[in-house]
Amino acid sequence: MDWEALELSLRLAAITVLVLMPLAVFLGRWLATTPSRARPLVEALIVLPLVLPPTVVGFYLLAAMGPDSLAGRGWTALFDQGLVFSFQGLVVASVIVNLPFAVQPAQRAFEGVGPDLRAAAASCGMSPWAALRRVELPLALPGVLTGAILTFAHTLGEFGVVLMVGGAIPGETRTLALSIYDRVQALDHDAAGRMAALLLVVSLAAVALTYALTGRRIGTRVGP
Amino acid sequence: MRRYCLLLLLLLALAAPAPATADATPAIAAAASLRTALDEAAIAFRRSTGRSVRLTYGASGSLVQQIRNGAPYQLFLSADEAHVVALAADGRTLGGPADRGRNFAVGRLVLFAPPRSPLQVDSELQGLRRGLADGSVRRLAIANPDVAPYGARAREALQHADLWDAAKPRLVYGENISQTLQFATSGGADGGLVSLSLVRTPGVAGRYALIPADRHAPLTQRMVLLPGAGTTARRFHDWLLGPAGQRILSRHGYTRP
Repeated sequence: MDWEALELSLRLAAITVLVLMPLAVFLGRWLATTPSRARPLVEALIVLPLVLPPTVVGFYLLAAMGPDSLAGRGWTALFDQGLVFSFQGLVVASVIVNLPFAVQPAQRAFEGVGPDLRAAAASCGMSPWAALRRVELPLALPGVLTGAILTFAHTLGEFGVVLMVGGAIPGETRTLALSIYDRVQALDHDAAGRMAALLLVVSLAAVALTYALTGRRIGTRVGP
Repeated sequence: MRRYCLLLLLLLALAAPAPATADATPAIAAAASLRTALDEAAIAFRRSTGRSVRLTYGASGSLVQQIRNGAPYQLFLSADEAHVVALAADGRTLGGPADRGRNFAVGRLVLFAPPRSPLQVDSELQGLRRGLADGSVRRLAIANPDVAPYGARAREALQHADLWDAAKPRLVYGENISQTLQFATSGGADGGLVSLSLVRTPGVAGRYALIPADRHAPLTQRMVLLPGAGTTARRFHDWLLGPAGQRILSRHGYTRP
């Protein structure tokens, strides 16, 4: 059993959720309310990682984050290490790959709030920021949380992009999914089977736990 | 709201940085064919020196691409010396263009057949010739010749026996030599051309025959220290060239360079 890989996968999933959720709230709300003509294009860009093969996403991320790229050179200048084939690089890739899983449910939830309620909040003298915090976000929370669950579970299972951008270095970028692949290649089917079962249980537990923690009362109370 | 705080706390706990054990153990990239030998070597090295290494296996060509893209490996063990020479030419080795690493072993190619396969294995590939002619060998696994040295050597051996054209429509390509063997052992292919080192892995059942070394370019295994190599990586490099390392390699089917 590769505990190091399990810990790495859980850490990657948690950091991805923490980084992505604030982004998902603001992007989701903006997409739900903006009259901008650029909206379909932004929506399409966000969904892109879902429809492209992981190899294509991985290829472009490798090019965009590689040692000769602008991002890669900047990162190396700042932190004195490369961005690709590092845990930090995996986080960046994971955040981008999970954009559709986090943003789409949030956007649907903010669309569900409706313009009437937003107008009512404004007429009560609430600033847009206060309206978001006290009216819209509590109502949209189920959608936002669904996005967080999907992101967490999807990060645990992500394989192709992680392999291309991470390179499967033990303790650094070899996640549980990659470790299973590695064990299969080593013809160590017992270990692969154990880890596959563990990933199944952890994924199920993560999703079930989140559902249990969020409960059924979501959205029934608005405001303080 | 307490529930969400709890959830957030859980996430923060998971996201907490791991204890910094990773820095002390260097990452090493190695050809997939070296897996069983190097796994054993790493354990023996730790016993005798108390130092650990982290091994990543893949097709030599794919690992070179990772190194060129800045992967933080400190030592690279290739199944084909050409990859090391190319890295050196680009100045991507520890000692710059003059540092072309060291040959540390020579690998051998075998024709492998899983237990219930109709393929008869022999050094002259006569059984393969019959199997391809009468159609009983439907799938033959080799490693991708473009990125895996054992794949390139397998192609040469088939060409030498004048079997390449007959075999080509029946070939399945593994991304590296481990995956190629896995295709053959799982019954997905009736046999394959793989490395001697891997068919000696405990638990691999099947028959195999050694391909004479003069039927293909030599599988000279070459390793080179990469920029940023630390003490542990250097000592592992030297240890592999020493008697203890060479003993393990020869037990796994490698000959001395």
